[in-house]
Amino acid sequence: MPNILEVKDLKKEYPGVKAVDGISFSVKKGTCFGLLGPNGAGKTTAIEIIEGITASDGGSILYKNRPIGRDFHKETGIQFQTTALQEFLTVKETLLLFYKLYPNPSNFDEIVEECSLKNLLSRDNRKLSGGQRQRLLVAIALVNQPELLFMDEPTTGLDPQARRNFWNMVEKIKLRNTTLILTTHYMEEADFLCDEIAIMDKGKIIAYGEPKELIAQHFKEVVLELPEDEVKNHALNIPMEYEFKFGYLEIYTHDIPTALNLLKEQNIPLDKLKIRPFNLEDLFLKLTGSELRS
Amino acid sequence: MIARILAVFHARNLEFVRDRGTLAWNIMFPVIVLFGLNFVFSTGERNQFKIGILTDNEVVNEIDHPFMDIRYINKIQIVDQDAGLESVRRHKLDMLVDLDDPVVRYWINEESPTGYIVEKILLQSSTDEFIKGVVQGRNIRYVEWLLPGVLGMNLMFSCLFGVGYVIVRYRKNGFLKRLKATPLRAIEFIIAQVLSRLILAISMAIFIYVGASFILETRMEGSYFTLLLVGILGATSLISLGLLIASRVSSEELAGGLLNLMTWPMMVLSGVFFSLEGSPQWIQTFANIFPLTHTLTAARAVMIDGATILEISYELGVLVATSIIFMTAGALLFKWQSD
Repeated sequence: MPNILEVKDLKKEYPGVKAVDGISFSVKKGTCFGLLGPNGAGKTTAIEIIEGITASDGGSILYKNRPIGRDFHKETGIQFQTTALQEFLTVKETLLLFYKLYPNPSNFDEIVEECSLKNLLSRDNRKLSGGQRQRLLVAIALVNQPELLFMDEPTTGLDPQARRNFWNMVEKIKLRNTTLILTTHYMEEADFLCDEIAIMDKGKIIAYGEPKELIAQHFKEVVLELPEDEVKNHALNIPMEYEFKFGYLEIYTHDIPTALNLLKEQNIPLDKLKIRPFNLEDLFLKLTGSELRS
Repeated sequence: MIARILAVFHARNLEFVRDRGTLAWNIMFPVIVLFGLNFVFSTGERNQFKIGILTDNEVVNEIDHPFMDIRYINKIQIVDQDAGLESVRRHKLDMLVDLDDPVVRYWINEESPTGYIVEKILLQSSTDEFIKGVVQGRNIRYVEWLLPGVLGMNLMFSCLFGVGYVIVRYRKNGFLKRLKATPLRAIEFIIAQVLSRLILAISMAIFIYVGASFILETRMEGSYFTLLLVGILGATSLISLGLLIASRVSSEELAGGLLNLMTWPMMVLSGVFFSLEGSPQWIQTFANIFPLTHTLTAARAVMIDGATILEISYELGVLVATSIIFMTAGALLFKWQSD
């Protein structure tokens, strides 16, 4: 699959802070690329440089093997992290405003259907819920039939159901062979939607690749999880790597039978035991050495 | 390009018209000011006579003549005889008198009762010989002079705050940033904003003018087309100034301060409520930097004196020039997003 976007040694410095510190990555056409990281990691700055909204201090960006030109905005769609819409306008009027700004817009009814906005067309922008509003912002970003769609933390602040609905919508967009670049706090979201990810922290990319490959590279074991209360009265004697985290005892092992036997021998109740594989969140915590900063 | 301008223009119009509170205030405010001031200044008696003293002597009171000793008469230096006579014709002065000549000459308006009284006072002040001159001209009621001022003031507030504040709000809340990510260019956005505000401001001005002139029976000596042209060019210049002020600012507080910095001097110095005639020359010269001054001068010339486009071509030229300068500078400095 050819690359639609190549970013090389991108830099951006604000007084006293290197917001983006020489990052490089490429995005294959038709895939979903996730830029992950805590607040202040530099992912929004990086994405806004690529979008042409913020000027960089160095580095290069190639779109379809060429430097970004005037037509870039005609072929890309952007959903910003925070965007206000004009007040006193309905969903339909807002969409039509953006439709008239592009030379070859997509089919209005298709976009409305895809983003589940049919029943909201006559609603005032100010009266939309968080999820409805995000769907409208994605619809606006899709108006010009973009080949490349940027979504900056699209589900932040949404309830779990709205988030799930949003993911389903993104899945439909992926079926159009649209390339997606997504930033998110949510590892579950990245796991669900992204084909490739880059984890950023303090302006640098600290991990880059397919989620499953990255997890496999960094973790060979599985996690045995027990509530801390279940083991606090026991003198633990476990010759395996373990730690207490967020109220749980986590044991890391590839030998589950031995671990279970050890716990049984020490009369530790196992009815609340969970066994799970490592996930992106574990990877993030391992790489950044911190919990997700909100 | 045209389609993009029309799209932004249409959306902005909808936003404005549906904001009922702002719309109502834009109409009610000038009506309240106009009728309020008309009531206050039309019912009270004028307590002083106003005489123009034709002299080159800057210190008018140094002129040695018994008439100068009479109290409760406001004596104003007039250098240009024609300008003085025009003021008498318009009832702005009760009399023009030249005390420097051995034989005192004076002019009054035949239709002015106060002119008749000050003539008697002058003739009683000395046994010298006087030469009488007479001019004619209808009295200009204060409301006729005030109406262009209030319409201009409303245009000024509507154009400066209506455009400046809105753009700063759009920039602050990220809407401009969203538009930047489309093929829309800065100049297209600016033209759409200018057109939208221009049509809304002029529509409101026409609405207020028609209502006020019907109720107050104000005069209109000139052409409505010429007056409309003055309104359009004045509004364009003021909107462009608002755009220039808002071209880079992201703080509504700062924008409010800068807009007030522009509007208040114009309120005081552009002749909205009171004429600057009689004020120091440097103030009158300074007032010429404001687009509102030229708008009001031209509008009053059309409404009160029946001036033609040619006769107000200087004011119209200034308004066109300032519009081009402000709009070009605004487009060049325009910033889509906050720092």
